[in-house]
Amino acid sequence: MDLGGRRILRDVSFELYPGQLCALIGENGAGKTTLLRSLLGLTPIRAGQALIDGASASQRRALVGYVPQKIAFDADIPLRTRDLVQLGLDGHRLGLPLFPGRKKALVDQALHAVGAEAFADQRVGELSGGQQQRAVIAHALVRQPRLLILDEPLANLDFGSANALVALLGRLTRTRQIAVLVTAHDMNPLLSVVDRLVYLVGGQAATGSVEEVVQPEVLSKLYGYPVTVLRHGRRILVLPDVAAEDAEAGTAAHVPHPEKAD
Amino acid sequence: MLLGNSSFFSSEPVQTALIVGTCAALVSAVIGVFTILRGNAFAGHALADVSSAGGAASFLLGINPLLGFLGMAWIAAFGMEFLGVRKVRERDLATGIVLGAGLGLSALFLYLDVTTTSTTGAAVSVMFGSMFAIPQSLIGPALVASAGVLLLVGLLYRPMMLTAVEPDLAAARGISLRWIGLLQLLALGLAVAVCALAIGAVLATALLIGPAGAAIRLSRRPAQAICWAIAIGLTAVWGGIWMAYESYYWFSGNAWPVSFFVVTLVFLFYLAAVLVAKVAGLSARPKSVIWPHCEV
Repeated sequence: MDLGGRRILRDVSFELYPGQLCALIGENGAGKTTLLRSLLGLTPIRAGQALIDGASASQRRALVGYVPQKIAFDADIPLRTRDLVQLGLDGHRLGLPLFPGRKKALVDQALHAVGAEAFADQRVGELSGGQQQRAVIAHALVRQPRLLILDEPLANLDFGSANALVALLGRLTRTRQIAVLVTAHDMNPLLSVVDRLVYLVGGQAATGSVEEVVQPEVLSKLYGYPVTVLRHGRRILVLPDVAAEDAEAGTAAHVPHPEKAD
Repeated sequence: MLLGNSSFFSSEPVQTALIVGTCAALVSAVIGVFTILRGNAFAGHALADVSSAGGAASFLLGINPLLGFLGMAWIAAFGMEFLGVRKVRERDLATGIVLGAGLGLSALFLYLDVTTTSTTGAAVSVMFGSMFAIPQSLIGPALVASAGVLLLVGLLYRPMMLTAVEPDLAAARGISLRWIGLLQLLALGLAVAVCALAIGAVLATALLIGPAGAAIRLSRRPAQAICWAIAIGLTAVWGGIWMAYESYYWFSGNAWPVSFFVVTLVFLFYLAAVLVAKVAGLSARPKSVIWPHCEV
């Protein structure tokens, strides 16, 4: 996939099923946002395809909910959380919203799903960062998408809010049986809910379960230089090897991972 | 002022002023809310100022001043859209440059107006408006232009709102940001033309931004904001026309300009709204919702 004449992604391939949460891990500039935009049908794909329920992404827009990076609503926007969610339902339609009452049940349901009832009638600009994010998730959920995409949802959240968000995403994945795709710099906060991992480095990817992907051999190949994988309890640390001759020792030193993080 | 002794509502200039003024208040309220939400207030101001060149040219060419204002506002709008980039700073830069060029043209045309024709009042009329001097023949065009704005905004209400709130969300829904931006500028140009005709190109900003700015501070919902903006705009325009009419008697036969009263009222409403929002905002600030409370 090319962007501005530069090739951002190549040979990236993965599948995602309903009821699965997939983490798209990579550093800044690894191509995460570009990949998401192609799934939204906003960035053309040079070769290959992005299919959602068997049809191309641009034809399946209604099936994709999107939560962009860095949401920050101005404090004085005259828009309640409820109105934002309603726009998720009909924001693309022409004409005036004449019968909003009919949609109230759907809006309420989406607000409930993310636990946003308490601030449903507040202006979105008055909400905290975590609350604004929940509002946007409800906006994305209200049309009952099959795929929910969140771009760096954990950036700018404190630990508590991040944990609550991860729990919410896990719950939505299971109870609604939707596919959820989350990008992040760091996989650790997501490990408790992740089913699949797409690990992006320099526009190339390793995909599979956490156990399959986060292996020194796999990641060393991806990075193009030896890396060490350290596991401590449920946390995983990926480090470049200090020097080539230490690679052997580093790999040996890595703590064999416990059976499975449960 | 040629108001004579007829009573307020039976005076022909007053009737024309009321109709055109009402149009201006309505369309500026509606488009103004979107303009502010998108952070386009400066662009709106620039469009209004630049439209003065069109107004000045219309005197020179003897064409309908509404067309003059509109033509120049649209040229400026497309110019800004063409030059403008998404980044705020570059957009302000492009806007400022178009604004300077437009006002330069305006200076030239107004100079030519004075030297080649005998329209001595042109400068004041174009820049600051003279509502009681609007010819009746302009009522029709003003109504058509206003209907155009209301139709465009009515049709694109929801996509425009979503785009104004968060462009990324709109784009993800398949809404073309380019088209929405362009159509909104088109509507803004129409509104600018009607406002410029009513209270002058330079003062049009006051009506475009003032009532909407005050309304946004008073509202929790988009529709509520538009209703407030209409109410404030209409009150300012009607009040201004009435005060200007009455000022004929206050100042022993020297009526003060309508535009002065309208703009002053808009300013006072804005001040009041800021105060009300501050006071109400403090007391009505909702109890902080403790979050997160993990629901696992």
